[in-house]
Amino acid sequence: MKMKTVLALAVGLTATLQVATAGDLTGTVTLKGTPPAEKEITPLKDDATCGKFHAAMPKTQFFVVAANGGLADTVVMLKGISGKSTGASAAPVVLDQKSCVYVPQIVAVQTGQTITVKNSDPVLHNVHSIPAVAGNEEKNLAQMPNGADLTLKFDKAENFLKFKCDVHPWMFAWVTVVDHPYFAVTDKEGKFTIKDVPAGKYTVTALHRKAAPLGVEQEVEVKADGAKADFTVEVK
Amino acid sequence: MNDEKNTSAAGGDFIIHSPWLHRFALLTVAATLGLIGIGGLVTSKAVGMSVPDWPTSYGYHMFALPIATWLTGGVFHEHTHRLWATIVGVLVVALMRWLGGRTARRALLIIGGAEILAGFALLALGPDWRGAGHFLSGIGGVVLLAGVVWVNSSPAARPLPALGWWAFWLVQVQGLLGGLRVVLDAHVVAGAKLGMVFGLIHGCLGQAFLLLLCVIALLTSRWWQKQHSESGIQNPECSAQRWFLFTTVMIFLQLILGATMRHQHAGLAIPDFPLAHGKLWPDTSPAAVASYNAVRFELAGENPITAAQIWLQLAHRALAVVILSAVAVCAWRTRGFLRRPALIWLGLILVQAGLGAWTIWSNKAADVATAHVLVGALSLVTGALLTIITFRFSGAARQ
Ligand SMILES: [Cu+2]
Repeated sequence: MKMKTVLALAVGLTATLQVATAGDLTGTVTLKGTPPAEKEITPLKDDATCGKFHAAMPKTQFFVVAANGGLADTVVMLKGISGKSTGASAAPVVLDQKSCVYVPQIVAVQTGQTITVKNSDPVLHNVHSIPAVAGNEEKNLAQMPNGADLTLKFDKAENFLKFKCDVHPWMFAWVTVVDHPYFAVTDKEGKFTIKDVPAGKYTVTALHRKAAPLGVEQEVEVKADGAKADFTVEVK
Repeated sequence: MNDEKNTSAAGGDFIIHSPWLHRFALLTVAATLGLIGIGGLVTSKAVGMSVPDWPTSYGYHMFALPIATWLTGGVFHEHTHRLWATIVGVLVVALMRWLGGRTARRALLIIGGAEILAGFALLALGPDWRGAGHFLSGIGGVVLLAGVVWVNSSPAARPLPALGWWAFWLVQVQGLLGGLRVVLDAHVVAGAKLGMVFGLIHGCLGQAFLLLLCVIALLTSRWWQKQHSESGIQNPECSAQRWFLFTTVMIFLQLILGATMRHQHAGLAIPDFPLAHGKLWPDTSPAAVASYNAVRFELAGENPITAAQIWLQLAHRALAVVILSAVAVCAWRTRGFLRRPALIWLGLILVQAGLGAWTIWSNKAADVATAHVLVGALSLVTGALLTIITFRFSGAARQ
């Protein structure tokens, strides 16, 4: 009993110490300019089985922009850090296939972190990962209707590693693999929070698959109480 | 194809003409055209990997796939292509047996037996070779059966048995390439994905295979036999024969360019026509290509385009102009009974050019792009057959 208390105290103390030297990096990514109109996914609507899941005409979700210009699905990460992955012990990231669409379509994981791919559809899909970086393995796995979850992992950092379903050629997800835990994907308002960044100066980059595939960068100094960094991404 | 063989064989030990053999050859041609259509659809819809395994489909024997799975999305196109290919394979083995007559029996027995044995040997090699092993022993069974069937028929006139053997080997190579395109898809050799490379070869060889079957159909026709025996009495004006050959070769090159674009699965490298990225001559600098990719909004989230792909499409457009002009010259210079087929060829090429433009305007709709593939195949076949006919009869005219 006593031993456990001491242990808990020690853990708590370590956590406090860490917080003392690390802060959260928060901010908003804003889109400037008018993005092209989303395309109607007519093959999905026309599909005998999948079409039934969509009352309205489904559209691509390449630019998810809030009323105030906040840009969702942007991966914000620290640059110039490598070999700091805690992916092996991190909780799995879930990629679902629902109504013959990947949900979400943009995710980010650490190297070695488990990606759990679910099939919530009464339809068969094939989960086809198509990496471009050597060392990440291409796999094409069948997943039967409401079939067992699949798990995938990638060893090398890669931006927007493509997942597709060849049975339904409109189904895509893009998984960004990062070599450390300091990244986040913006929410529907374009906001992001990168937790527990050790104090220091960093180059931070915001990558959007369509608007900024190579990233928009800025220098940020993270202090013990964190930092704030807003990004503007432009479409021409 | 020359006259000596014809007269020496008049002794009667080969078929001068068999209407049913000709009809069977036409049936095989029709089945192959359909196979190219469904195969073209697989590529147009980018569903070549919708069945991840081969020759099994989702772990099932290919003839035992549950209907519900077969009818799911792209599985329908890919699996139908596989089943249809099996039918074409059986038809070609039967055609070969018919063309070769009794003389082909022993060879078929030996090849069939060897393929079955080799298939079992591959199965014993381990799981990596299971697919190829099942495929080979399955084909071997069909071949063996063709050899066992005891029909003491005469072979067809030369060179038909030889052409039959070519078709026999080609259909098997095609089946194997189609399977390897799936099994080896993810492998990269010299920077190229094998799925793409094998898919490209599979597509081009399919057209050559169709052409071969069409030549067999031509040579088994009553018309050809009649012209042959009358030694080109209706000798056409054949000053255009070299033009026919040149144009047909250009069409085959054009087809390779087209197949290369299709198998890169990068959508349209140039999205507008007749202009290219809004200009007569597009900017292919890295900055310009990056800006094209930024604006591009492919439904299927395709691969980004490269400058090389823009150049490829420009070459395809330029070659189309060359072919169109060359076919017009052919039609212009052809007199006699070939005039009308040459005009039909010109019509096909015009339709083909229209389908090419429509492919772009429709943002590469799968059905339009596939129609472009099919009319391309018909243009190639028409050109090749006309070339063969002009050369055949100009040869006869010189004698
Ligand atoms: Cu799917």
